[in-house]
Amino acid sequence: MPTARLKGSPSEEREAFSRAKEIMLTIQHLRKSFGALVAVDDVSFSVERGQLVGLLGPNGAGKTTTVSMIAGLVKPDKGDVLVEGARLSGDTDPKKRRIGLVPQDLALYDELSARANLRFFGALYSLSGAALETAIKSAMDLVGLTDRLNDRVSTYSGGMKRRLNLAAGLLHDPDVLLLDEPTVGVDPQSRNAIFDNLETLKTRGKALIYTTHYMEEVERLADRIVVMDHGKVIAEDTLDGLQSRVAGVGGGKATLESVFLTLTGRSLRD
Amino acid sequence: MALIPLMAMVRKDLQLFFSDRRSVIVSFVVPIAIASFFGSIFSGPGNSSEPARIAVAIVDHDSSLISKAILKGAEADRNLALTMPDEEEARNLVKNGKTAVAVVIPKGFGEAAGSAFFGDGEKPALGFLYDPSRNVELAMVRGILTQHVMEAVSAEMFGGQQGRQQVEKALPLIQGSSSMPADQKRALVEMLGSVQRFYNQQPSGGGAPAERRGITMPYTVKEEAMTAGSNIAYNGYAHSFAGMAIQFLLFAMANIGVEMLLERQRGLWSRLRSAPISKTMLLLSKAASGALISLLILLVSFGFAMVVFKVRIQGSVLGFLGISVACAVMASTFGLLVAALGNSPATARGVTTLAVLMMVMLGGAWVPTFVFPAWLQQFTLVVPVRWAVDGLDAMTWRGIGISGAGMPILVLVAFEAAFWVIAASRFRWEEG
Repeated sequence: MPTARLKGSPSEEREAFSRAKEIMLTIQHLRKSFGALVAVDDVSFSVERGQLVGLLGPNGAGKTTTVSMIAGLVKPDKGDVLVEGARLSGDTDPKKRRIGLVPQDLALYDELSARANLRFFGALYSLSGAALETAIKSAMDLVGLTDRLNDRVSTYSGGMKRRLNLAAGLLHDPDVLLLDEPTVGVDPQSRNAIFDNLETLKTRGKALIYTTHYMEEVERLADRIVVMDHGKVIAEDTLDGLQSRVAGVGGGKATLESVFLTLTGRSLRD
Repeated sequence: MALIPLMAMVRKDLQLFFSDRRSVIVSFVVPIAIASFFGSIFSGPGNSSEPARIAVAIVDHDSSLISKAILKGAEADRNLALTMPDEEEARNLVKNGKTAVAVVIPKGFGEAAGSAFFGDGEKPALGFLYDPSRNVELAMVRGILTQHVMEAVSAEMFGGQQGRQQVEKALPLIQGSSSMPADQKRALVEMLGSVQRFYNQQPSGGGAPAERRGITMPYTVKEEAMTAGSNIAYNGYAHSFAGMAIQFLLFAMANIGVEMLLERQRGLWSRLRSAPISKTMLLLSKAASGALISLLILLVSFGFAMVVFKVRIQGSVLGFLGISVACAVMASTFGLLVAALGNSPATARGVTTLAVLMMVMLGGAWVPTFVFPAWLQQFTLVVPVRWAVDGLDAMTWRGIGISGAGMPILVLVAFEAAFWVIAASRFRWEEG
C-alpha cells in the first residue's frame, strides 16, 4: 500500500534532490487526433525531478490534450509517456500512482466536506487509515486550509477551492504533478499562495508541468518552457534562452509575451 | 487493494445521496405518501362483508305493481345504492358523475312486460342513462336489474291479477290459432290450463308481487377471495407500496445516472480517470451504491407499510428479499444505462422521466395490469416493473412460496444483465 511521502525534513529533501537530478517524466512522439482534427502531433519533451516546465500555447494548441494523455484520460494514437523510464500503459497501471493531476475544473464535491473529498480522492490511490489521514493533514497544511478541513466545500471561496483542488492532486504524494491552469479566477493572494506551494513542491523534488495563459506565472515559476501551437512543439528552452531569440524594445530583454506572440503570431484563436 | 477505491466510491455516492435532503425526501417520504393514498383507495372492502355499492337512480313512470316490485327489489339489493329522483334530476345526476346509471321505467312497462313474458306482444324497453366512463358499473347494473325484473314479472304472471288476465286472454287466442302446430298448441294449452287452475286455488289478487316469489336465481354464490389464506383479507397497501417504491427507486437511480453525467461535466471524471481504476470498477461501484440505495428505499417503504398498514409477507421471506435485491440491482443498472446513453444531463433527465413513467404505468405500478387489453397485458411482460410488482405481490398478499419468486428473479436478472452489457459497451469512458 502506498504511504504518504509528502513530508520529510527540508535538509533530507534537498539532499535527496541534489543526489538525483534525473528525468522523471518523458513524453515521446505523442500524437492524438479527433476525427480529421490532429490535436497533438509528434510532441516530445521531458521533465526533471525538481523542475517545473511551463506549457504555453494559444487556445487549441493541444496543451490540455497533451496533459490529458500524460494523466491517462485520453489514449494516444501514437507515442509513449514514461515515468522514470517506465512506460505507462492502461487505466489500472500502478505507475499512474506516481502522477497527480490538478485539473482546470474545480474537480470537487461541493456537497461534501473537504475531509470527505480528500478521503475519497486518497482512497482512489488505495490510501487508507492512518496513512490517508497523514496525507490529508500534510496536503491541507501545505495549502493552508487545515482549519477548514471539516467544512463543506460549498462554503469555500473560489481561491480556497483552487487550493483544495491542488491539495487533492497531492494526496498520494506523486512524483509528477500536472497542473492545468490552476490559478484561473483566483485573487492575487490565493495565486501567490499557490505559487509558494509550487515552489515548496519543487524543493521536494517533484516534477511539475504547468499550463497557463498567464506569462508572468511562467516567468516566475518555470525552469523550462515548452511552447505549443497547432498541436506541435514550436519551441523549448529556458526563459533566458527564449528571450534571447527575440530582440527586446530598446535593445533590452524581450518579454515572454512578446516572445510568445512572435512564435505563435497575433491572429485570434477560437 | 482494489477494494479500497471501490468501497470509497460506494461510500462517496451514499454520502452524496444522503447529503441532498430533497432527494432523500423524494425517495423515501413521497412514495410512502402516495402509496398510502393509493392503498386506501384500492384496498377493497377489507374484512367487511359489505360490498362497495353502485350508485343507481330509478325513475318510475309506470307505477304499476310490477314496477313497484322492481323498485322494492332494487332497494333491498346490497350491491346498489338506490335513489328515486324524477327523470330530469336523474339525467343531471348521471351527467355530473354523481350516479353511474339511471334506469327509466316507461309508462305501461308492467303490462307490456307481462305480455312479453308469455311470448305475446312487443318487449317493452327499459331506459338506461349511463356515465360513459363507468362502463363496468353499467354492465353490473344491467345484470342485477335483469334479476329483479324477472322476479317481479314472473311473480305477477304466476300469481297476480295481471297474470290471470293475461292467461285468460292468451288461452282462446292459442286455441284458435291456425298457424301453430297441433302438438305445440296442445302443450301450451295444457300448461296455461294448469296455470289457470293454480290461480283458481289462490285468493283473488294474491297481494303485491313483491310479497310473492317469482322466478328466482336457482343458485346462491359462495365467494372466496384467493389471498394467502382463508382468514387473510386482501391488503391493497401491499400492491400500492410495491408499485410506488419501485417507481421512486427507478427515479432515484435515473437521477444517479444523471449525476454521473454531471460529474463528467464538472470535471470530476478527470480526477477519477487519472487514478489507477478501471471502467469496470467505476461502473461496479455505481451499480453497488445504486443497489444499496434502492434496497433501502424498498425496505423502508415496506417497513412503513408493515408497521402502519399491517402489510405482511404471507409468502416466502427469502423470496421477498430475493425479489427486493433483484429489483434494486435492476434499478441501479437502469441508472447506468441512463449515464451511458444520455448525451447531456438535461436531455437525460427529460427522457428518463418519460421512460420511468412509461415503465411503471405499463408495469402495473399504478393500476393492475388486468385492466389492460389482452395484447397490452402480453406486451407488458417485456417491462421489468411488471415482474418486480408481480413478484412482490406474490410474496406479500398472494402468499405464494419461494417457488413464486423464481421466475420474477430470473427475469429481473436477465434485465440487469442486458442493462449492464449495454451500459458497459456504450459508456463514454475516454475524455474528449
